[in-house]
Amino acid sequence: MSAASAAGAPILAQSVDDRIAEVLDPISSFIEGIVFFSISIGDVNLPLIVLWLVAAGAFFTVYLGFLNVRGPGHALDLIRGRYTRPDDAGEVTHFQALATALSGTVGLGNIAGVAVAIAIGGPGATLWMIVAGVLGMSSKMAECTLGVKYRRQRDDGTISGGPMYYLETGIAELTGRVRTGKILAILFAISAIGGSIGAGNMFQANQATAQIIAVTGGADSPFVSLRWVVGVAFAFFVGLVIIGGIKSIARVTEKLVPLMAAIYLIAAAVVIVSNLQLVPAAFGEIFAGAFGLDSATGGIIGALIVGFQRAAFSNEAGIGSAAIAHAPVKTSHPSSEGHVALLEPFFDTIIVCTMTALIIVITGAAADPAASELGGVALTSAAFATVIPWFPNVLAVAVVAFAFSTMLTWSYYGMKATGYIFNDSQTAETVFKVIFCIFVVIGASLALGPVIGISDSMLFLMAIPNVLGLYILARVIKKEILGYRADIADGTIAKVGEEA
Amino acid sequence: MAGTVLVGVDNSDASRRAVEFARDRAKALGVGLVLAHVIPWSPYSFTTPEENERRHQRREEELEAARTQIVDPLVASIGDGVEVIPVIRHGDRAELLVAFAREYDSAHILVGRTGESRMKTKIFGSVPSQLIQIADVPVTVVP
Repeated sequence: MSAASAAGAPILAQSVDDRIAEVLDPISSFIEGIVFFSISIGDVNLPLIVLWLVAAGAFFTVYLGFLNVRGPGHALDLIRGRYTRPDDAGEVTHFQALATALSGTVGLGNIAGVAVAIAIGGPGATLWMIVAGVLGMSSKMAECTLGVKYRRQRDDGTISGGPMYYLETGIAELTGRVRTGKILAILFAISAIGGSIGAGNMFQANQATAQIIAVTGGADSPFVSLRWVVGVAFAFFVGLVIIGGIKSIARVTEKLVPLMAAIYLIAAAVVIVSNLQLVPAAFGEIFAGAFGLDSATGGIIGALIVGFQRAAFSNEAGIGSAAIAHAPVKTSHPSSEGHVALLEPFFDTIIVCTMTALIIVITGAAADPAASELGGVALTSAAFATVIPWFPNVLAVAVVAFAFSTMLTWSYYGMKATGYIFNDSQTAETVFKVIFCIFVVIGASLALGPVIGISDSMLFLMAIPNVLGLYILARVIKKEILGYRADIADGTIAKVGEEA
Repeated sequence: MAGTVLVGVDNSDASRRAVEFARDRAKALGVGLVLAHVIPWSPYSFTTPEENERRHQRREEELEAARTQIVDPLVASIGDGVEVIPVIRHGDRAELLVAFAREYDSAHILVGRTGESRMKTKIFGSVPSQLIQIADVPVTVVP
């Protein structure tokens, strides 16, 4: 602070950032304390909410007969349109629903979140992220099947779905407990608004700003004391799209994101290939760390918790958000979209996160004593820079694009949740959008710590009503999915052109 | 049935001339005329959640607009004496016209020459040139 205040103008700017932090830090710690209520195992704290999500993934993996392992082949056939009737051309395809959901999940969780996990939990956290990804496939399947089954078509022809609808309608239909369903739905919608503002917004704005600062000179960057200005710029463009309805920006983003994802994966492959001789050792480190064989970091429990936590944050399985994005797909079999949704944690966590983790481990960036201070996107960026010195600039563009598209997708989730609470009131939705833009600025201004605190708490809060609903509706999910599998097995549902 | 003649249309003048030509051809052969319009669309395009939410409704509107503004007037212009089968679908234009030709057992595909820019044609190819490469039956391009 003293360095910055030596120059005249930044004093004011610095104090804006500081004041925002002053107000929000206690709020952040308060919410964090509730959501991350932990039990102590030895000297490690295990947040119950992480256990809650992992247990849900494990339960549905067993309950649905390991479809996370057996289902992806069928999911790929669905995406390739093998089951889409020609008459349905022009409707939302399985591919489009998946791509839309992925644009909300593939983002800074994959780039920054992984770095956070390794910085705190050591390389071993990677393995537990992958395990959480595999289990997450099952919860994702469960929630997206319900998202389609209980979606709602309004009078104007628009289609929306998500946990709000399956919690309300599903639970009422199955158990007759109308109030229970409605209460869970409202709780979900409220926490979804928080999640959209936290993880879907502040965390994204924060890390995108961090990377912009990193490539414009790091500690000497003119933006160091002007983070809120970067935030205002972000908020302006987000506002143009979500309030101003400038569709062209959204369209450009939707096209830019897959391109950036491809560039990111290619660059990651380059880094891995140029260090190929280190890959076996990296896997060794990951396994050793995962089972607590190196005592350097938090041991097995520490690696496990942080790995599970970051994986859940990245792929959002059990959180319920994806069920909103998958709902408008054209299909007469809800569980077909459940199958497609399996692929989401697969791409997001098992492929993208693992590649990021490998890079951080093999380039030795994780072993750097400054790693835990660097944290987040800066650590990933440093890892890339060891092989491709100019890549941090490209990463900055990718990070901005990812952050922007995630913010747009999550603003939609938040808007749908607001719409649910306020009966699709336009005014309420507009108020939400304005608040959303304000939090872009706040997220950009704060330090990473409190932002991660708020983001995680709000996001994980969504999992409480959602997973509770998944358990209540487990029978419905099983009947839907196993019935569908049986129809495919006996040819009742066949690929187009192969019908009996 | 001795098959059909297929004409692919949009709202251009060339399309109108292609329909006249196709009508005469169908009359001469004594077969039905399939009048097909394809709304450009890809199952693999990237969309926003708002677009997905409205997609079903938008599709209905697109089909309705295609029917009332393009296909119906062209069908009306053909007059009596030829059986006309109107078809409208979303997809890739050249690929779908070839698929329709198979579906309706068409002996001949006719299209108007499209007025796409040179640059666009150089990169993506025009619909007629794609058709010539992939069709199983003779293709006539009407200027």
